[in-house]
Amino acid sequence: MELLYFGDKGWGDELFFATLMTIAVSITAMIIGFIFAALFTPLKLSNNKVLKLIGNAYTTVIRGVPELLVIYLFFFGGSGAIMFVASIFGYNDYIEINAFLTGSFSIGIISGAYSTEVFRGALQSIDKGQFEAAKVLGFNKYIYFFKIILPQMLRLAIPNLSNVWQITLKDTSLISVTGLVEIMRQSYIAAGSTRDPLFFYSFAAVLYLMLTFLSMQLLNRLETKYSKGY
Amino acid sequence: MDIELMISSFPKLLNATLITLKLLSVSLILGLFIGLGFAILRMNNNKLINKFAYGYSYIFRGTPLLVQIFIIYFGLGQIEYLRTTFLWVVLKEPYWCAIIAFSLNTGAYTSEILRSAFQTIKPGYLEAGRSLGIPSKIIFTKIQIPIAIKQSLPAYGNEIILMLKGTSLASTVTLMDLTGVAKYIISTTFKPVEVFIVAGGIYLFMTFIIHNVIKYLEKKYRFQT
Repeated sequence: MELLYFGDKGWGDELFFATLMTIAVSITAMIIGFIFAALFTPLKLSNNKVLKLIGNAYTTVIRGVPELLVIYLFFFGGSGAIMFVASIFGYNDYIEINAFLTGSFSIGIISGAYSTEVFRGALQSIDKGQFEAAKVLGFNKYIYFFKIILPQMLRLAIPNLSNVWQITLKDTSLISVTGLVEIMRQSYIAAGSTRDPLFFYSFAAVLYLMLTFLSMQLLNRLETKYSKGY
Repeated sequence: MDIELMISSFPKLLNATLITLKLLSVSLILGLFIGLGFAILRMNNNKLINKFAYGYSYIFRGTPLLVQIFIIYFGLGQIEYLRTTFLWVVLKEPYWCAIIAFSLNTGAYTSEILRSAFQTIKPGYLEAGRSLGIPSKIIFTKIQIPIAIKQSLPAYGNEIILMLKGTSLASTVTLMDLTGVAKYIISTTFKPVEVFIVAGGIYLFMTFIIHNVIKYLEKKYRFQT
């Protein structure tokens, strides 16, 4: 237990901040994922064949390729691209871009592919009459989407979105390979310096379990809130 | 675009695909048995056994696969007692550690898939079997299992694809699978896009095949009610 003391003696505070980092990356990735989903869901549902192909390519490729490979692409590719630009200006040293941004971005793209599928499914299962009625009644675009379609969509999407959240939360463990100090990376460091990997990795597992358990409790509440009236 | 690199790395990556496929197939087979075992335990009426099986699947589904591999590969070696048993022969090999982690992980997901498949079997089938005087063992193997397999095919197909992607984590414990070799080539040539296209293409091809095989099986074994 001494290993978990806060302060210089133990790893308690380090692991606490690492947990906060995991939460921060997960939330940022989830939000980036929503932005991607907002862009690609309309493409997937579009009648234009080219746009539809782009939308489908995004979800198929991301969901068919391992997360680790996507992370490597952005980790090596991201700094490579920036270094290339810098070399044009005569700066040839190694540049490391912010691990938090690369990590959130690559996990965000992955999470976005899953969110896109969820939103597409939710939009498609809304009764057609709802769209028609809203149009016939002459609501403007803002009310049409935000007051009529979105609330119905959220009710259907939230149970699946909580699955996406679980996937995203667990995927953040993979960005430890890029050196961002989240739960996995901190446990790796602690395990290396104390030579007690069993304890620290098991403790990491407990932290992840706590995060999944707590977030499920919150999301279940959200689910009941949004399914009011049904 | 470095087309030459793409062509020259293709055979290397294809060679590494063999390890990926080996990891995938062995852990899927082991995971199927583990999953079936825990699905049966989940349907047990004894509360303690039931809770144990639920706890197993909760823990393995609630933590990242990476943590599970690290606990098995780095963690278990720390227990002095294990080092003296024959288990150490298995646990010192990253290959077997990866297989153990993958099998336990996919076993947890498979047990959930099978449990829900078993629970959706209409009681009428079992009653019909019983009233015909068929022994309960045969009802299980000849009626419940085939129906459960048919009903769980779509979800299991997803699990196979998830597991295919999961095998990429073997590269974190020094195994040179498809992702491991891809990472090696990326870090030596610094051409991530080209390697990503080739390696990602191989992964997509495998997902495509799995997807279509499952689709074919679903059609073939479509359950008429």
